[in-house]
Amino acid sequence: MALIHAVNLKKDYVNGDVVTPVLKGVSFDIAAGEFVAIMGPSGSGKSTLMHILGFLDRPTGGKFEFEGQDTAEFDDDRLAQIRNERVGFVFQAFNLLPRTTVLDNVKLPLVYNRGKKTDQTAAARQALEAVGLSHRLDFYTNQISGGEKQRVAIARALVNDPAVIFADEPTGNLDSKSGGAVMKILQDLNDAGRTIILVTHELDTAEHAKRIMRIRDGQLVGDEPVRKRKLASLERDLAK
Amino acid sequence: MNFIAELKMIAKGLLARKGRSFLTILGIVIGVAGVIIIISLGAGAQSLVLGQVTKLGSNLLSVQPGKSNEKGPPAQAFGIVVTSLTTADADALRDPGRVPHAAALNALVRGTTTVTWGSRTIDTNFVGTDSYYSQVINFNMAEGQFFGQQEGEGNANVVVLGSSVADSLFGNSGVDPVGQIIKVKAASQTEAGGVPLRIIGVVEKRGSSFFQDQDDQIFLPLAIGQQQLLGIHYLQAINIKVDSADHVSQTIDDVTSVLRQQHHVKTNTDVDFTVRNIADAVSLLTTITNALSLFLTAMAAIALVVGGVGILNIMLVTVAERTREIGLRKAVGATNKAVRNQFLFEAATVTFLGGIVGIIVGAVISFLASLLMHKLGYDWAFVISPLSVVLAAGVSVLTGVIFGLYPAFKAAKLNPIDALRYE
Repeated sequence: MALIHAVNLKKDYVNGDVVTPVLKGVSFDIAAGEFVAIMGPSGSGKSTLMHILGFLDRPTGGKFEFEGQDTAEFDDDRLAQIRNERVGFVFQAFNLLPRTTVLDNVKLPLVYNRGKKTDQTAAARQALEAVGLSHRLDFYTNQISGGEKQRVAIARALVNDPAVIFADEPTGNLDSKSGGAVMKILQDLNDAGRTIILVTHELDTAEHAKRIMRIRDGQLVGDEPVRKRKLASLERDLAK
Repeated sequence: MNFIAELKMIAKGLLARKGRSFLTILGIVIGVAGVIIIISLGAGAQSLVLGQVTKLGSNLLSVQPGKSNEKGPPAQAFGIVVTSLTTADADALRDPGRVPHAAALNALVRGTTTVTWGSRTIDTNFVGTDSYYSQVINFNMAEGQFFGQQEGEGNANVVVLGSSVADSLFGNSGVDPVGQIIKVKAASQTEAGGVPLRIIGVVEKRGSSFFQDQDDQIFLPLAIGQQQLLGIHYLQAINIKVDSADHVSQTIDDVTSVLRQQHHVKTNTDVDFTVRNIADAVSLLTTITNALSLFLTAMAAIALVVGGVGILNIMLVTVAERTREIGLRKAVGATNKAVRNQFLFEAATVTFLGGIVGIIVGAVISFLASLLMHKLGYDWAFVISPLSVVLAAGVSVLTGVIFGLYPAFKAAKLNPIDALRYE
């Protein structure tokens, strides 16, 4: 059973009488444990596809099964629950809460996790250790570097032990060194069995994945494994 | 949602925008402080009125010339001079066969006067009355005595001073007022001179009652007041002390029938006098203060609504400013309900804080008002009822919830991607 099973997925944006098709019917499977890069120029529909796969948006046509369940039937609360428990997001702009410590930012998804009685602090510490930020727990988010911010965001995505992590241009706002450290962490997570779906417009970044799906004008124009996979530098940006 | 963590977040947010937070809660502070002050002053006024009733005695009747509506003000209040009440009426009412429960009765006239002792001159009020005054009204003498029957009815040239009049005339002169001669003339009289009167007593400090300073007046025999100061022959009022509260209504009937005979009144429309009792006056006063506090409460409620609109406004701005944060919270699993509750809780917390500040401000102002009233000589109690505090706190939270609803629903309805993309 595929983790994600998409058949003829469509998304139209309707603005008054004007209907703009953004996704014109894409079909693919993604299995658990894969590291997939969705690549395409801006306006190609790659971000829209990621939003649908990450339950931030709904398709207007086609079929999307997640872990064997048809997602068409899910209501808003169920979507919120899946976003909370089964997926994690890493955004280009980090999207950390201001005036809040690193530790509290990472705890945020746990706050919305009803039912599960976990030691929130222990779980957040563990996630921060996985991204090499154990020494920044009590720092405020305006006191750390961009690379560290993105690693906090990865820890936040990890903390609920999701089935898949979506990374939307995670290195877009970073210098190459910090970006390398972020890609290294994503590759390490994938090596440990985590499914990663990366959205990018740069081939260089996409080649860190194991498989590249190319999107152009709302259609899947290529889907193949990466032949010469790039491995991010082992040298981590832990200085400071 | 973790309650403490949420409170900390809100506190940080509020502190990060101190000026705006202050303006946000200002309306609530004013409204709540208003409610607290009004309720406190209302309770203070009530205790004052009740205290004065017990001081005067609730079984006191007052006969005034002129017909007037029971609940309305007396005819004199409109500047109408009614001359129908006379000393003969007072004498008729003193007949124990006709008004059996009248324990004591005094006739009186009032006016303003200028009093001179040596080089000192002051303006004050005078009461021209008979010796029975001291039996009708409860008070004590600081020194000397009130005029007796002989002096009162004999138009002796004697006078009794209120305590503040004695202080103004004789204070730090080292002279004992009793035995001194003062000159008394009507305030309207411009030429020098006046009636020389010998001081025979000073009344102990009484404070104010019914918004009149009881110490800033002098007492002199009725006929002197009528003839030499006012130049009139009629009475302005007759006070009657009833022997017990149970006989008040019967005595009102007795007084009415005696006066109708005296004045040859045949039909009700011809009645030219009014009998009032203190209890009625109190209920009139209570009606007025209640109406006033209702009005002021309405004003405070308007302030609260205006404060609520302020909250609505600021919460909408906050939701717009934090669109990205809302998107993020939804992306990591916040349900619509969780987002809605977060903003409702925030609005309620802000208004609750405003309520607390308002309660403190209101209590301080009420306390200062009570100090002022004490300074003015009123027996004013400082009362903050726990109920008013609970009410004010509850209303402020409710205001936050009501006016926070729309922004909170707006936040909850935000689409997570639109929210994340918002710049």
